[in-house]
Amino acid sequence: MSTADDAGARMSRAQRIKPSSGSDKLFELASRSAAYFVLILLAGIMISMVIGGWPAFREFGPGFLTSSVWDTQSEQYGAWPAIVGTLTTALIAMVVGVPLSLGIAIFLTQLAPGWMKKPVSTAVELLAAVPSIIYGMWGLFVFVPLFAAFVQIPVSSLTEGLPIVGTILYARSPSGLGILTAGLILAFMIVPFIASITRDMLEQIPTVLRESAYGIGCTTWEVVRYVLLPQAGVSIIGATMLGLGRALGETMAVTFVVGNANRLSASIFDPGSTIASRVANEFNEALGMQMSALIALGCILFFVTFAVLVCARLLVARVGKI
Amino acid sequence: MSMVSVSDRPAELDLSKVPIRLDVKNLDFYYGQHKALKDVNLSFYDRQVTALIGPSGCGKSTLLRIFNRIYSLYPEQRATGEVILDGANILDPSIDLNELRARIGMVFQKPTPFPMSIYENIAFGVRLYEKVSRADLDQRVESALRRAALWDEVKDKLRQSGMGLSGGQQQRLCIARTIAQQPEIILFDEPTSALDPISTGKVEDLLEQLRSDFTIVIVTHNMQQAARISQRTAFMYLGELIEIGPTQSIFLNPTKKQTQDYVTGRFG
Repeated sequence: MSTADDAGARMSRAQRIKPSSGSDKLFELASRSAAYFVLILLAGIMISMVIGGWPAFREFGPGFLTSSVWDTQSEQYGAWPAIVGTLTTALIAMVVGVPLSLGIAIFLTQLAPGWMKKPVSTAVELLAAVPSIIYGMWGLFVFVPLFAAFVQIPVSSLTEGLPIVGTILYARSPSGLGILTAGLILAFMIVPFIASITRDMLEQIPTVLRESAYGIGCTTWEVVRYVLLPQAGVSIIGATMLGLGRALGETMAVTFVVGNANRLSASIFDPGSTIASRVANEFNEALGMQMSALIALGCILFFVTFAVLVCARLLVARVGKI
Repeated sequence: MSMVSVSDRPAELDLSKVPIRLDVKNLDFYYGQHKALKDVNLSFYDRQVTALIGPSGCGKSTLLRIFNRIYSLYPEQRATGEVILDGANILDPSIDLNELRARIGMVFQKPTPFPMSIYENIAFGVRLYEKVSRADLDQRVESALRRAALWDEVKDKLRQSGMGLSGGQQQRLCIARTIAQQPEIILFDEPTSALDPISTGKVEDLLEQLRSDFTIVIVTHNMQQAARISQRTAFMYLGELIEIGPTQSIFLNPTKKQTQDYVTGRFG
């Protein structure tokens, strides 16, 4: 460096207004407390849930998880049907929603003609913005009657008396409400999330990788199946888990269509309940032990969701290493 | 006076005795409305390395991308004219693109290993077109890796991801993947532009050996590279083929002024 430059640097340093060290401290403090706030909030929620649910956990012990009784008269409560309902609806949502989302994302990035991409992508993003109460209302007033008439009744009459499917796919009272209906509505709700994230991930894959897969003679299916999806793999799992998180906790839409039955049925056409729907239904009138049981349910949902996210993280970390 | 050294080569080949592998006639190419290639005519000879050179945007990559119809992925791109491979016009809409691409392999500017193991990267392409037994497949993978001068570096980690290799190794993996399919022609689109000099040297040595089995067309912006590895060179400029001939004469006695200006470094 020349001496002239040195002199210039020294001069500008001298001219600079001395920053007050106090404001920088303040900034650090502000951002640090914002970060701590999240931790305190999380811990606060967790602790108050455990405290609120403690009477129920103490009263019923581990049996709270496995008992199917939900009797407000005799104050006996068990979480099993709600846990099963939550997991089943979320599973149905994933089984239906994930392939649908991948299909949308693959079509939009690989096959759709140029004029079609923009409108369909926008429609998918708009779907994500629809409030869940709308899904619930639409589900109850439009989807449920159609589902009863065109799916539950014909399928039940087909499967009646058959082993296994006659149990799982049989509606004792084909009202259209039920676990499968809730799972399908959930599937519609998570599709926009998974589809738009997957689409973004597929778009980010370098063109040259796609071309080289076509270049060795792959068909579009082979390119997508063996090269593009594995390449985007970790992100797609992440998107899926985000959808799963939503499906587990979704309340409003599910409460509308799940049927809110307290007993457990082997048929997915029958009404059931999820943790979130049970809490939403009963919170208003709950007192004492019932309130505690509901908070305990919330606590369980909290840990189920947490466990799912941890599993997702582990899975992503493992896949990422390969 | 040329700035590019051309190594002494044996007396020129008598091309009348060498079969033509790929024959290009009256080829035009369009990106939408824009005409990117104008009436290109040239032939590629069996087991010769032909280099396509010219300044950026001259159409050399565009020309290469016609030969395996990769441009067909993009609906707004189209070619008219004829490109004859074994008596059939590959521009014919009825041609089976997947089979064509298995016969005419391509290696790209950047290494493009697939997201799978080193072994699978090669086996995948073989399995697409052939039913081979496990032992035969192992054999094919090994011989492709040997030919790509990569075997010794990866033989102990065939199950590891191809993405974990260095850039130069990845590019040789892509070459191995291409030769494992036993194509007739291999297209190289600036295969060393993303590589360091040592990796570039290895890939160039490889090209020299591959010539005994494959017809090679290589696009390069590096004139020294064209001079080192090719038997024939085509100079393109603004979408037109200006001149094609034996590499030595293109670099030492070009007949067109534009060619001379380019190879002596006056523009481009």
